Amino acid sequence: MSLAENSTVQDSTGMEYLDKPLRRWVTLYVPLACFLFVLLFPFYWMAMTSFKSNEELVSKAANPFWIVRPTLAHFERLLFKTEYPQWMWNTILISVVATAVSLAASVFAAYAIERLRYRGSKQVGLAIFLAYLVPPSILFIPLAAIVFQLGLFDTRWALILTYPTFLIPFCTWLLMGYFRTIPYELEECALIDGATRWQVLTKIVLPLAVPGLISAGIFAFTLSWNEFIYALTFISSSENKTVPVGVITELVEGDVYHWGALMAGALLGSLPVAILYSFFVEHYVSGMTGAVKE
Amino acid sequence: MADVALRQVRKSFGATAVVHGVDVSIADGEFCVLVGPSGCGKSTLLRMIAGLEEISAGEIAIGGRVVNNIAPKERDIAMVFQNYALYPHMTVHDNMAFSLKLAGESAGAIRSRVTEAAQILGLMDYLQRYPRQLSGGQRQRVAMGRAIVRKPQVFLFDEPLSNLDAKLRVQMRTEIRALHQRLKTTSIYVTHDQIEAMSMADKIVVMNGGRVEQIGGPLELYDNPANLFVAGFIGSPAMNFLPGKVARANGALAVATSPGVAFPLPAQVRIDEGREVVVGVRPEHLSVGNDGIPVEVVVVEPTGADTQIFCQLAGANINAVVRERHEFHPGENIRLKPELTYLFDPASGARLA
Repeated sequence: MSLAENSTVQDSTGMEYLDKPLRRWVTLYVPLACFLFVLLFPFYWMAMTSFKSNEELVSKAANPFWIVRPTLAHFERLLFKTEYPQWMWNTILISVVATAVSLAASVFAAYAIERLRYRGSKQVGLAIFLAYLVPPSILFIPLAAIVFQLGLFDTRWALILTYPTFLIPFCTWLLMGYFRTIPYELEECALIDGATRWQVLTKIVLPLAVPGLISAGIFAFTLSWNEFIYALTFISSSENKTVPVGVITELVEGDVYHWGALMAGALLGSLPVAILYSFFVEHYVSGMTGAVKE
Repeated sequence: MADVALRQVRKSFGATAVVHGVDVSIADGEFCVLVGPSGCGKSTLLRMIAGLEEISAGEIAIGGRVVNNIAPKERDIAMVFQNYALYPHMTVHDNMAFSLKLAGESAGAIRSRVTEAAQILGLMDYLQRYPRQLSGGQRQRVAMGRAIVRKPQVFLFDEPLSNLDAKLRVQMRTEIRALHQRLKTTSIYVTHDQIEAMSMADKIVVMNGGRVEQIGGPLELYDNPANLFVAGFIGSPAMNFLPGKVARANGALAVATSPGVAFPLPAQVRIDEGREVVVGVRPEHLSVGNDGIPVEVVVVEPTGADTQIFCQLAGANINAVVRERHEFHPGENIRLKPELTYLFDPASGARLA
């Protein structure tokens, strides 16, 4: 922590005198602005569209970048004339449970591979990584057969149990990297202090790996939240759909796109993830870049 | 408290053997230092005593109980690590209380033992701080505090001072020694620094290449090194070694190291004439005088208390430490008189006389 703070302080004061204002604009602010524009424009477009009336949306005379008469009609339609609240609830439930299950499994897998040093641990680590490389667009076919056999088709369980197939490899690899930064001596010291392996994990490793757990959790949550293929293939009835699938299947009728409601659905759907990110952004950054500092 | 016995202890990682049959017995209450150059197997040996490495062959007994297959936590030992291994997410108090909590001690007992240790180590004002808020020396003390609250049978130290600056190292050396005199717990201390070993140990085990070279008290090793390695390792500055041949000069035995240069041998030494030997002289056993071996001064380093003189003797380096203050200059020719010499076999390194 203190190390990181020191280095940022040095970055901002130490070499700054070399940067002339113009140079700073060209090398820093202008590229940053371009970047921000590219990243944020879709959100702006989405927000604009969701508040525009249908007339304004299709009118050639209207300014495409601005709203003259904002309306909540699309939100009203979304919330009261479709099963959007139910989709939202499904998405939250499935994402939270799938993330929790995956995190728990990944902690054990990553710790075992990284620290128990058993024969073949490297190969297992590699195999888990290879499993992650199989694209879901191929994997959904055999998975669909399994889901059918288990009688889980068109239930939330179909998704809760299939999402970990890509979440666990992902979280395991992320956590392996994080566990690797925790000094061995801490665990050895705890073992001498009288801790069991389980206590070493719960009292030493996990508290120190909190930033890693948070970033793995956020990633897993986002991946499940946005997941599309499995949700599309394993769910058919409207009340079990998730937001990404529900919005696409119910708000596009034939060749009619209900753009306003679609964008409203996307906007509302992206809010929970954005809120989650904003809470944990600091931990999240240190989880990606960080290590345990004594 | 307990004695520690190592019997024919071996360690190999795969096909590589790193410890080749070590026998050491450490008495109850003794402060034993394992010393040797890096990679000599001393840390591995300590980790085997701690239970962090499996013992490939042989036996380790603590207090008469063979611990080969006993988990670290059941060996009743405490270890201080080189990087201290303080738990970064716990306060100083919690660091010290961790083992007691795991052992299920009552809150009252934990409080009194942590307080006691903190008082001994001068940590009372820091109990609520986190390790990152402490200086190197304070962290070192916390690591020791964590070891002493448990009142273990044996303390293990793995190069605990090597992360400290020179001044603090000397200070902590004395503190650890004083702590041992107070607690009288059997201690095993690993270091690569022979001065640390000399100044702290009751018993020194000199290791090299996974073998024990010699075991003995500090002065015993200094006065009677068993071989070239110990002679060169113990003592600072290191002993001078010069290869030569035993010859008779003026009726007495001497070692001729180069034409016209002879190190006289004491009368009681029995050795064959013509034998190849290595003669060793400690720098502090050389004195400047009117007779003796002619050398050329190369560098003079006064340290205040004494002066180190680096000299050349027929192409070989020889250095001397003298307490008198001489005005020597580089290039000057002086004479050094050896007061005490050691003889070693050039092939085996064994001490001959």
